[in-house]
Amino acid sequence: MARLIGPASERHQGVHVELRDISKSFGGTHALEGVSLAIGHGSIHAMVGENGAGKSTLGKILSGVHSPDHGQLLLAGEPVRFRSPRDAISRGVILIAQELATVPSLTVAENVFLGVEPRHAGFQNRRELRRRYTELAASVGFELDGDANVGRLRTADQQKVEILRALCRNAQLIVMDEPTAALSRPDAEALHLVVRQLARSGTTVVLVSHFLNEVLELADEVTILRDGRLVQTVPAAGQTEDSLLSAMLGRPLDAAFPPRRPVPADAPVLLSVRGLTAPGVNDVSFDLRAGEILGLAGLVGAGRTELARAVYRANRVRAGTVSVTGPADAVGMVSVTGTPRTAMRAGLAMIPESRKEQGLLPGRSVVENVTLSSLAQISRAGIVRPRPERRAVRDMLAKVDVRGGSQAAAASALSGGNQQKLLFARSLLRDPLVLIADEPTRGVDVGAKRAIYQLLASLTGRGLGVLLISSDVEEILGLAHRVLVMRAGQIAAEFSGDAATEAAILGAAFGATERGA
Amino acid sequence: MSQPQAGTPKAEKPDKGAFPGTSAITAILREPRTEILGRARRGGIMLPFLVLFIVLSISSGPFFTKANLLAILDQQASTLIIAAAGTLVLVAGGIDLSVGATYALASVVATKLALSSSPVLAILAGIAVGLVVGLVNGVIATFFRINSLIATLAMSFVIAGLASLATSGNLIIAYTALGYAALARTSFLAVNTSTWTMIAVVIALGVVLSRTIAGRYMYAAGSNAEAARLAGVRVQLIRLTTFVISGGAAALGGIIDASRVLSAQASNGETTLTFTVLAGIVVGGTSILGGEGAIWRTVVGTLFIALIGNGFVLLGLNPLYEQITLGGILLIAVGADAWSRLRTR
Repeated sequence: MARLIGPASERHQGVHVELRDISKSFGGTHALEGVSLAIGHGSIHAMVGENGAGKSTLGKILSGVHSPDHGQLLLAGEPVRFRSPRDAISRGVILIAQELATVPSLTVAENVFLGVEPRHAGFQNRRELRRRYTELAASVGFELDGDANVGRLRTADQQKVEILRALCRNAQLIVMDEPTAALSRPDAEALHLVVRQLARSGTTVVLVSHFLNEVLELADEVTILRDGRLVQTVPAAGQTEDSLLSAMLGRPLDAAFPPRRPVPADAPVLLSVRGLTAPGVNDVSFDLRAGEILGLAGLVGAGRTELARAVYRANRVRAGTVSVTGPADAVGMVSVTGTPRTAMRAGLAMIPESRKEQGLLPGRSVVENVTLSSLAQISRAGIVRPRPERRAVRDMLAKVDVRGGSQAAAASALSGGNQQKLLFARSLLRDPLVLIADEPTRGVDVGAKRAIYQLLASLTGRGLGVLLISSDVEEILGLAHRVLVMRAGQIAAEFSGDAATEAAILGAAFGATERGA
Repeated sequence: MSQPQAGTPKAEKPDKGAFPGTSAITAILREPRTEILGRARRGGIMLPFLVLFIVLSISSGPFFTKANLLAILDQQASTLIIAAAGTLVLVAGGIDLSVGATYALASVVATKLALSSSPVLAILAGIAVGLVVGLVNGVIATFFRINSLIATLAMSFVIAGLASLATSGNLIIAYTALGYAALARTSFLAVNTSTWTMIAVVIALGVVLSRTIAGRYMYAAGSNAEAARLAGVRVQLIRLTTFVISGGAAALGGIIDASRVLSAQASNGETTLTFTVLAGIVVGGTSILGGEGAIWRTVVGTLFIALIGNGFVLLGLNPLYEQITLGGILLIAVGADAWSRLRTR
């Protein structure tokens, strides 16, 4: 086994790892800027911040997944430079990522000792494997059958497998990225016990988490990040969820949403969906009026994205009609066999759920990304005319508030917020009647979030109808005129005005109330 | 780095047995790797090409002569036509491994017909064969959703079999069909028609890829097919079109070469041609993963490989090293692509 802690550790007792002025950027985006902090031996150190604040990046730098562009990493007082996760592991630093990396077809014990299994002349020594596993599991107090198949375990138990794997590689510092995000309440609590146990036995734990109550419950110290910069590192004791939140946001919690324009009483219905049935969507009907933001809330898996994709014909549809009423009452029907192309021609536009997987052409330029859906408008005889194209893109980017960067830059070099705005620009360049926005603020920074809110509000001012899907209930409440709550592929409830409250929406999403007003 | 990092080099513990120079190299590779590689790939092939061109001009008397340069272009005419079309396929996210076989099938069909009917008909029939092959390739690769690598590999066996059937394994000789020979051998402004045809095809495909809506859709389909589909691009249709163009180009290349030598056989082209074509495209800097590339790159890449071959002959070097050199260059080209993608992700 490699030297884990150098002789320097005596001189630097207390501090396990120290970051000095760490910066890291991806493409043109600064993920971290000048972050310095120290983490004590055997402590639980939490990293909190909004999406994109840089907390995961910091965890990845600690564990050798990324190397910093600038700055220094000191392990037990000794400067180190991890070239790979393997490098970090050999120095006792291990990351347990959000996506688990277990081999489902192997047993628990085999997974734990994967790569370092006890061998005898090239063959696995099963008895030795079992003995070591039992010893290891007992040392941290896990009750987990070593012969069970990992594929059949619950996520929480798979997480334990990852922890054991880290421990058998002599981990001194474990970075856990959102360990409880996929866990149910009891499982999360079980994991909390494990984390405390680890810390008590001298392992340092860096906890990257979205859950502030979890952070307050577990952590000794909390580092708050905002937009890639360190806000502060404070002892967890004495903090509250509110104090952490306002430090994360750098502003009070309200005032994020633009004022809502009332939908005119005589606003025409733009989008009319009747009896739509598709994978994950069961007989859904609703109307959307001009100038209205219709919020679509529900739990993950309730069928919101599926509904959006069915309306836009991105998924196959089994039954039901989608009609779009244009100006002068021209009705465009999107047939059941339609494609996104036909839906688009009827006046629909969609910002897909995942901008990376379904939205951007990452290596292509900003211009090409923006005009992709409207090339016919700026072409003659099939040839794209560069000047009108550049002008159209410039005007549209100004409208959606993309600042800086050249039109020739690759889309992948933009920040998350600008990438999202770029997708708005692509959709709006077609001048749609109805915009479907699926999680439009996921993974963008605070400033971009506000800009997107403003944009959505101004679009409704111009008479567009917006179907807004969001997992952030506050966002739905702050923006939508009317809220549909989905559950199990159906619309479970509809709320508008004062009836739309967080409690009512969550109640309907979990199945507590029946379809109201 | 703005801050001095005292003691870092010592404490960092360099790799076992590292050479003194390696740290400088790793430093270059480490810091702005994205930019260096990105720029290297964007301008990429042009610099090595020019260096090679100048080195050959200096070191070999016969190299920089009109006759030699025109001969290179003429020899490369069919490869350039096929590679230009293949660039469209790669950009749109596919790959066509059947071009060698299509080249052979079209050349035997056209040469056979040239013996019995008019040369124009023979040429058109040969190209039609290529277009049909391309259509079949495209339908299999898009509507039946079979990976184009496998689809066109399988098709190449079928096509090669058809070519053997059509010729009964014999060499077809058409020394009497002088009208057929006109396709490649006529000289216009001191340049052969085969070269002129190549120039016309390359420019036409270059315009399609870089200036037209269809070209934009090809990039979109290769860059992110799902995003393109949601943006209203008919991804399958676009990919199908690139396979049809590739099939037609492979046929044209086969016919040009057959008309030059007035003979054809089923073993013409084959896999060597397929891989020469792909090598030219990839060395030029077009990504095998789709969404990036350009016709001019393919032209430069293909000519770069041709210059290496020409240089080995003119300088009297051991031709055995030519293949090794080519393989090394190909690995560097693909490696640069993969690396720059990794870093920009």
